[in-house]
Amino acid sequence: MSSKQEFTYPKIYLYRRIVQSKLFIDSNYARHIDLDNISDEAFFSKFHFIRLFKNVYGKTPHQYLKAIRIEHAKKLLKDGQSVSEVCFLVGFDSLSSFSGLFKRMVGQPASAYAAIHKHNKALAAKTPLAFIPGCYAYQHGWSENSNFEETDL
Amino acid sequence: MTVTNIHVIDQDSAYDFYVNKLGFNLVDDIPMGPDTRWLTVSPPDQPDLQLVLFPVKVSKMFPKETAETLISLIKQGIFGCGVLTCSDIFATYEELTAKGVEFIKPPTKEFYGTEALFKDDSGNYFSLQPLNNFGNENNI
Repeated sequence: MSSKQEFTYPKIYLYRRIVQSKLFIDSNYARHIDLDNISDEAFFSKFHFIRLFKNVYGKTPHQYLKAIRIEHAKKLLKDGQSVSEVCFLVGFDSLSSFSGLFKRMVGQPASAYAAIHKHNKALAAKTPLAFIPGCYAYQHGWSENSNFEETDL
Repeated sequence: MTVTNIHVIDQDSAYDFYVNKLGFNLVDDIPMGPDTRWLTVSPPDQPDLQLVLFPVKVSKMFPKETAETLISLIKQGIFGCGVLTCSDIFATYEELTAKGVEFIKPPTKEFYGTEALFKDDSGNYFSLQPLNNFGNENNI
């Protein structure tokens, strides 16, 4: 009886530690974490950790943490949360820091982003067919249902 | 290409797979009746490409026998849905494995480059390859 050999590749243990640190950031982005916490999780020196992380993910851990916070902020704004609530929910200490970073990374103010998505959500609820290619709506039989209002869009 | 399909067996399970495990972005999730919804996702770096998580169920589009046949074929892993590329195949393999994604083949050097294969929650499979398949795929 033979045992299943575990798949292995060069530097597998380095990869696993870097990936675990990335997953740690993904799970703890809303908390106050710093590089010392993250590099401790990976059992690396801070400098070595930053270098390896950037080689794999194209960003330093700090850049990645900021990016993840902004991505989560976008989701919460789409869900209808206020800008000030979202700021603290995703781990920022200051509304001005959050707002400035959001605008730099997303290209528009958080308030404008929230307003656009609120408008689209209301439109989707009222006229869902505006968001669905006609062929799909027809195949599903949705375009024959008078509850799904047609639109000129 | 703007919109394309992935035939799925259960939309709730597919949502969890594509959004929570693969990290795709939710584009639209619009209820269209008691048992179905218009559910589309997009890869993180391709916001203009919508993947419809298209449920296979008995309906106007799928008569009973067709739906049953298609579901059986999906579960057998007959359908390959395409190639997903990543910047580091080993890091992506480790992360997806940690999140519970089932790999049919781990990253393996083939004559055409390094490739891994994984299945979604329904049974559809994807090829995973590094962006530059003939370059250095090990970034550490």
